[in-house]
Amino acid sequence: MSTAAPPADWRRLDPRTVLVTALVVAGVVAGAAIPVTLGLTRWFGLPAAVLQVLAGAVLVIGAAAGADRVRWHRTRYRVGEERVELHTGLLLVKRRSLARTRIRTVDLTANLMLRLLGLVTVRIGTGEQGHDSTLELDPVTRTEGERLRRLLLEHTAPPGIHREGELAVLDPRWIRYAPVSFVAPMLGGAAVGAVLQVSDWVGAQGEVIEWVGDRFRETPLLWVVIALVLAALVAGVVGALGLWIEMWWNYRLEREPGGTLRVRRGLFTSRSISVEEARLRGVDLVEPLGVRLVGAARLDAITTGLAKDHEAKNADHNTLLPAAPRTRADAVAADVLRETATPTGAALTPHPRAARGRRVRWSLAAVLGPVLVLTVLGALLTPVLLWIALGCTVVLVPVAVALALDAYRGLGHALSGRYLVTRSGTVRRSTAALERAGVIGWTVRQSVFQRRAGLLSITATTAAGGGAYTAYDTDASEGLTFAAEAVPGLLEPFLERVEHTGP
Amino acid sequence: MLRPPRNTLNERAVGWWRVQWLLMTAVHVLPLAVLGALIGSARFWLLLSAAVLAVAGAAATVLFPLWWFRTHRWEITEDAVYVRTGFFWQEWRIAPMSRIQTVDTVRGPLEQLYRLATVTVTTASAKGAVRIQGLDHEVAADLAQQLTRITRDTPGDAT
Repeated sequence: MSTAAPPADWRRLDPRTVLVTALVVAGVVAGAAIPVTLGLTRWFGLPAAVLQVLAGAVLVIGAAAGADRVRWHRTRYRVGEERVELHTGLLLVKRRSLARTRIRTVDLTANLMLRLLGLVTVRIGTGEQGHDSTLELDPVTRTEGERLRRLLLEHTAPPGIHREGELAVLDPRWIRYAPVSFVAPMLGGAAVGAVLQVSDWVGAQGEVIEWVGDRFRETPLLWVVIALVLAALVAGVVGALGLWIEMWWNYRLEREPGGTLRVRRGLFTSRSISVEEARLRGVDLVEPLGVRLVGAARLDAITTGLAKDHEAKNADHNTLLPAAPRTRADAVAADVLRETATPTGAALTPHPRAARGRRVRWSLAAVLGPVLVLTVLGALLTPVLLWIALGCTVVLVPVAVALALDAYRGLGHALSGRYLVTRSGTVRRSTAALERAGVIGWTVRQSVFQRRAGLLSITATTAAGGGAYTAYDTDASEGLTFAAEAVPGLLEPFLERVEHTGP
Repeated sequence: MLRPPRNTLNERAVGWWRVQWLLMTAVHVLPLAVLGALIGSARFWLLLSAAVLAVAGAAATVLFPLWWFRTHRWEITEDAVYVRTGFFWQEWRIAPMSRIQTVDTVRGPLEQLYRLATVTVTTASAKGAVRIQGLDHEVAADLAQQLTRITRDTPGDAT
């Protein structure tokens, strides 16, 4: 490859990528330098060790920066009439191109360092599975990223009720929903684990446990446990608040001319996620138990071809609105779908009573199974287990029954305008409004028990979101009628009217 | 209620399923039996579990294929692929022609022995694949050809 500047329409990445790489590697090296220096002092004097480490560091940073300089030199991209092309590769030249008509997402991310330099990483995707469907430009200037985003997502707007511009911005009061999410106890547990792990690395795990024991020498065991759990929970809450601020600061949801929804958020790492409305197949109103108890809900997009690669593993990639008051979430859902009233708020058909019995039996079995094992073991071995079994029964049975009843109350399905709506779940209640035109098949399931109770589960398969949305335990004939109405002509040829026997 | 699809599978599917069950039973029973013969101290428990598994496997080998043969059915119309499977957990799957993306025919070694084939029809949904197992291999080839033709002639971008 020649060293001459690329032809006019080919562009290069920002040259400051070399600086970014050097700084990142320097950070890693600095972290490793202290233990390595300490290790080397065993054989050499302190000055000699420091010198050696410094020389090594310069070498490593230089090599990384040099490699990145070569990568920069060999990388170029072009937005043509038909295709977007990217040539890159250190040793082999990789040429990759995407048809512009197939591009569905252009996402911009910038971590703290890129932001300070005014750079962003651009990810251009067709939304198909697999690695070949994404082009990554790492990094370009922010203005260039914006230009690419607008250029590549330029389309004609779909008709309907229009509301362009801002659909939602962050209300700082929403932070009150952060501690009630499941993140808090998880982070608390992680904090305890981290303390023990780190102390284990420096060989002081026993001392830490002993120190904690010393603090509580005079207190009874029960209080120790309660105090420790509380401490872990407080740590978890603080962590959840911090995580929420980092993820959702500067959040705003906009509709841009041309029919693109755009979510921007992030305190340190800023993210911009664009969803083409032509790919939107509905919304999913998600209410985790804690969030639901305080009357809030989160809104996720159901879209085809939102990247499912490594970047999207953190599930917030398709979140349109963080946990916010339920009425606000409904209003945003209506705006996003260009409807006057949101389908997620529609009145749903409840499911038959038999579904309630099934849920109560499941949750009782889940509790009583382990209790039974404990009882048998207790009868054989020691009466202590019997007391534990009794305690579990007293505490867990009401919880299980309450969850089961709540799960039953949550069940529902309905047709609302262009959407079919299914709701289920208690720990994570999800109300999914799926565009009827987006249904690409049906799966009907019926177990022997469901057959006896006159129930069945109906799943609408779709190319978008989770791939399938299910109405669990509907009344057999009513559920099939619902499915037949939802997508005219698909299920009807296979239906037959029979007199309904049994309950 | 949903009516059953029109076509049954090939009768040879019963034999094919039985061989699969036999193999699966043997894979579990034989190591237990061999260990039981070698290890004296645990002989009773090893042989007992081997016997239980053998009986269960034999029952499954006799019964399941019969039940499956009665419930597994398939049908192709101008507009959709319609399949019913399962006995205890019955499942009906419908995929419209306009949404079909790929049609695959697979013949494993055992299927070749029984001159059977499996046709898998996928749609754009990760969870919407429709599979018809235990078809006569000529029927399967015809079917795949027919499906490919219909889906080519049906407009739509499949999402």
